[in-house]
Amino acid sequence: MWIYEKRLQYPVRIKRRDLRMARLLYAQYGGADSELAASLRYLAQRYTMPTPETKALLTDIGTEELAHWEMIGAMIYQLSAGASIQEIKSAGMDANYVGHRLGLYLQDPNGVPFTAAVLQVKGEPIADLTEDMAAEQKARVTYENLIRLTDDPDVKDPLRFLREREIVHFQRFGEALESIQRL
Amino acid sequence: MQQLSKQDLLHQIRTLMFTCADLNLFLDTHPDNAAAGADYACYSARLIALKREYETRFGPLMNFGNSLISDSFPWTECPWPWTGEEV
Repeated sequence: MWIYEKRLQYPVRIKRRDLRMARLLYAQYGGADSELAASLRYLAQRYTMPTPETKALLTDIGTEELAHWEMIGAMIYQLSAGASIQEIKSAGMDANYVGHRLGLYLQDPNGVPFTAAVLQVKGEPIADLTEDMAAEQKARVTYENLIRLTDDPDVKDPLRFLREREIVHFQRFGEALESIQRL
Repeated sequence: MQQLSKQDLLHQIRTLMFTCADLNLFLDTHPDNAAAGADYACYSARLIALKREYETRFGPLMNFGNSLISDSFPWTECPWPWTGEEV
């Protein structure tokens, strides 16, 4: 069971429309290293985790990732809301407009639909937790790339928060892996 | 004592919720850490109290029976968080 809470984990208030940045943020919305892939990976892997601690960790980080996915959705929405056809065309978002208008389809910046092919559920905790640690590092790098690609402090600030969470999650997954290796 | 503004109250709720989430993850891998357990108990008690105050004054944060939803504060009314209108 999940309960929705009607607020973001960290505030997103973007004042300047920027379709180019909205498009790039789809990397973390529906791309290979996205918050969505992270959340679904952990929530699917948790069933066969061997200890109460690892079941808890994958449930809790999987849940937090959903809140991060919502933050990325909020950022894309605010960066693109109210865009004119001219703005959509000049940002190269016209192909996206044909299929989705300004709807937030599950895709990466190049329009490739989200797929479970980017993640694994191996059913073996050392393999799964090692993948999870790699996933956090890949997401951290993606955030660093995104932060470099914008000058807008309203965009940089939530991205910095999300980047830091990747580091904390990596640390916790590392501890979980060690705990399994001690068994 | 003066009541907190809606903005300050939500800011404190968000801060405490983050503190609790981070402590929760730490306790997942350090379940015997008494200091972190005590911090979690303290911050979560304060969070529950502040959320109750917020919901009484400004409307529900949660659905499915986890918040009081009344005629004066319907679930649908206060802004959805992705719109940027969230205080």
